[in-house]
Parts: sequence; structure tokens; C-alpha cells
Amino acid sequence: MLLEKFQMLDRIDGFNPERSLLTASATVPKHSPVFEGHFPGHALMPGVLLLETMAQASGYLLMALDGFARMPFFANVKAANFRAFVLPGDELAIEAERDHAGSGFAVMSAQIRRGGQRVCDAQMTFRLVPFPAAALENHVRAEGQRLGFFGPAQAR
Amino acid sequence: MSSTFETIAGIIASTSDIPIEQITPDSHVMKDLEIDSLAFLDITFEIDRRFGIEVPLDRWLEQVNDGSVKSEDYFVLRNLCAQIDNLRAAAAT
Repeated sequence: MLLEKFQMLDRIDGFNPERSLLTASATVPKHSPVFEGHFPGHALMPGVLLLETMAQASGYLLMALDGFARMPFFANVKAANFRAFVLPGDELAIEAERDHAGSGFAVMSAQIRRGGQRVCDAQMTFRLVPFPAAALENHVRAEGQRLGFFGPAQAR
Repeated sequence: MSSTFETIAGIIASTSDIPIEQITPDSHVMKDLEIDSLAFLDITFEIDRRFGIEVPLDRWLEQVNDGSVKSEDYFVLRNLCAQIDNLRAAAAT
């Protein structure tokens, strides 16, 4: 994870197109300017960044299912639950699943576990639109490559 | 038609807080009920789920935006219900 750049996922561990399911891993950094404000003397991973982590896993799942043809934009979040504190250095397992594929949108559910314990979960809706800028498409594809897409992870 | 309308009016009322008595077959989803595109995604999701169809929202919006179809043809409830009945019939064959 590189919180300052919103780089929330470290790698894709599994992608199952038949089940519309993706698993990924991320380690919360031990040090980040984010923790200077959240919170002094009691560093915690912000819930909004955990939500972003689930959103990114969902987004990459949608792009992988769609051949990286469209960009998923976060449209709606329902029932986000933050069940335990997430701390610097924690190793996280993220799972995202597509619950519904609509026309131009998708409804997703995602969760994050630490050592087998679920620490947060959410239901989210994404709009799927053509990439609005080539730079964004290039960035997303490069990130996809860094995470393990376009490689062995796709077949797992 | 009436049961489709009742189901859709119920979905709209439950997802948008619009009193169900304000929703009529002549209501335009966006112009009369002031449902925005984000709220309509929720409604579309519920319609898809309840009726086991996929409302082709992308295509409808594209047709409305390029002027080839009037928005009333898809988004006045009477017409929306007819479209959904057609989609259900097609899905059943």
C-alpha cells in the first residue's frame, strides 16, 4: 500500500471469472504521513481508505471481467461496516465479488480480512463508462500489470 | 401492466422516499419524480433483480442522448412498464 498515492493493493492473488471473484493482498505501511493526523499517538488505518481498498479490488475485478475496456467509477456505497481497528503493518486479504451485472453498472460486495478475521465489508455500485482520458487508461493498465493482471494471476 | 406498474412504483417509493400516491403511470421518472441518474441505478438494480431481466439502460440513455428516442418513451412509467413487460416476455422465450 502507498496511501499517499491511493495505491491500495499490493498484488492480485486470484481471479475467478466464472464466479466473478477476485482476491488481493495488501500490507498497511508502518509509516505514512496519513498516520500523523489519523491519529496522533494512536495510528489507525482510516475507514475511508479501507473502503477505497475494497473499491479498488472491486474495480479491478470489473475491469478484468470486461477486458479492461471500461472504467468503473464509484457511484454508491451501502452498508459499509468497519468491524475492527486496522493498524500500521497489518497484512490484509481483500475479496471482491460481483453480485449483479447491470447495463452500464455493477453491484459489488467486498470484504477485508486480517488473519482470517473480517475487519470490514461493504456493498458498492459502480458505473462502467468508456475511459475518459488515455492517461487514465494507461495508468490503470500499468497498475493492473503491477498487481499481476496480464500475467499468471488471471488464470488463478 | 398494472402489476408491473405496482411493482415498479413500490421500488421507486422504497428507494427514493417518494410517496407512492405521487407515482402515477403518467409520471416521468426524471422530470416529474426528480429521480437522478444515480438513484435510477438503484431502481434499475431492483427491477433487474425482481423481474430477472437486464434493463438495457446504457442503450436507452444513448438513444435518448443522441435524440433517436424521446426520453418519454422509456422514462414515463406507463412506457417503462411496457418496456419491462417486453423484456420479461423476451426473457421467458
